[in-house]
Amino acid sequence: MSSIGAGYDLSASQFSPDGRVFQVEYAQKAVENSSTAIGLKGKDGVVIAVEKLVLSKLYDPGANKRIFHIDNHIGMGISGLISDGRQLSETAKTEASEYRSKYGGDIPLHLLNEKVSMYVHAYTLYSMVRPFGASLLLASHDQKDGPSLYVVDPSGVSHGYFGCAIGKAKQNAKTEIEKLKLSTLSMEQLAKEAARIIYVVHDELKDKHFELELAWVGEKTNGKFELVPQSFLEECENYAKTSLQDSDSDNDL
Amino acid sequence: MFSDYSAPPMWQNGPALGKYYDFPNVSTNKISHNSTNGKQRYHTPLTTGTSVIGLVFNGGVILAADTAGYYGSMMRFNDCPRIFQVNKYTILGAGNDYADIQYLNDIIKQKILDDDLHNDGIALKPKSLHSWLTRVLYNRRSQFDPLWINAFVAGMQNGEPFLGTVDKLGTAYEDKILSFGFGTHISVPYLRQEREKNPNMTKEEAIACIKTCMDMLYVRDARSGAKYNIGVISNEGSEVQGPFESVGHWNIATHGTPGQE
Repeated sequence: MSSIGAGYDLSASQFSPDGRVFQVEYAQKAVENSSTAIGLKGKDGVVIAVEKLVLSKLYDPGANKRIFHIDNHIGMGISGLISDGRQLSETAKTEASEYRSKYGGDIPLHLLNEKVSMYVHAYTLYSMVRPFGASLLLASHDQKDGPSLYVVDPSGVSHGYFGCAIGKAKQNAKTEIEKLKLSTLSMEQLAKEAARIIYVVHDELKDKHFELELAWVGEKTNGKFELVPQSFLEECENYAKTSLQDSDSDNDL
Repeated sequence: MFSDYSAPPMWQNGPALGKYYDFPNVSTNKISHNSTNGKQRYHTPLTTGTSVIGLVFNGGVILAADTAGYYGSMMRFNDCPRIFQVNKYTILGAGNDYADIQYLNDIIKQKILDDDLHNDGIALKPKSLHSWLTRVLYNRRSQFDPLWINAFVAGMQNGEPFLGTVDKLGTAYEDKILSFGFGTHISVPYLRQEREKNPNMTKEEAIACIKTCMDMLYVRDARSGAKYNIGVISNEGSEVQGPFESVGHWNIATHGTPGQE
């Protein structure tokens, strides 16, 4: 009982005397121990990049994806417990599909964000459930609103962003993102920078192997959320690796 | 009435022995005694679409249907397309109740989208869609609430043309020539004759045959419309063409056997 929670961390339905809900904070810790994911919003689109840590060499390449297609025009990147993220992606898909069946059109991202946030928040209110141990990046592009990017965290709080980072190296990634002039960048430039940032913040000492997942939505994809094509993905990775080498050799001088 | 000297009955306004209390506006007794607790469902289509015809040619399939929406015998709507592209492998055509057709088409569209979201390159194939339709329509008829639809699935599966149909009862079959409605009487004999003469029809010949059928149906079927769509599917892909327009003329009738004029 003398640990940090001091008895107030056993249930998501109970505050501690200083007004905190420990279960929710622990859920956020689960995200902070997981793969880094970043989202960048430029002038004509959004890019999501995930550093997917591969914990065993025995895994199939491409297994346990962390980027999901929610609807034609919406994509999701996750950091945290992958099974929790998958469940939230299903919830988001259902919401998008229900919106279409009721209103006959694509769900605007700000509405989907609201629905998913409410759902996540509901799991922070009761003693018989566990909050979701995952944060979500939601990206979309449409004619009316242009590109948009949201982050939902385990507490159910969500914000719109120009650029954001979640997971292990979010602090370093945010510092890198702040150096960019996001609103001037095209989708291709965003994809290259996103790849570079993932390579920069990757901690080679602690996590050896990782796969870069890169997806985008914007004017160039006609408002469809798509994985970045293999050839361009390789181009982005090469760009990331060479700029990493350049900065390394700068440091050596 | 009671006399002044007798006590009022202990039990007033209550149910008779063995009956339930009758709450205001909720007559439990009436339901349990006067009806079978059944539920009335509609058993006639409202806005309807007429014939659909399908034909397999050498290396592909064609579906055709006009765009008229009838309200009984009144032509109420002009633009009710009934041929839909499902994906690159599959085309769907349907006749009968138009609201049910739209409902089913919306479900199929979402199904295709859900498939795409897996992003694994696997798309619904015509035989699978046909089988799925048999389950949906048979299930609905088994609940005594059928979707009033005659559905046609055309597509390419493993390089082979596929043409199948399911009706509102879940009865399903495949054939090289299929049709629904008046087309069964007008088009099928003609198409069979043409196919017998020329078993390896090309796409162009098949389209010409189908267009003749739509012309014949326009003049002979009192529930048809002049505008129609054609869905063509082959190994090159699927597309819905049209709307084309039939020009009403009776040459077909005056020149002997239909199609031989």
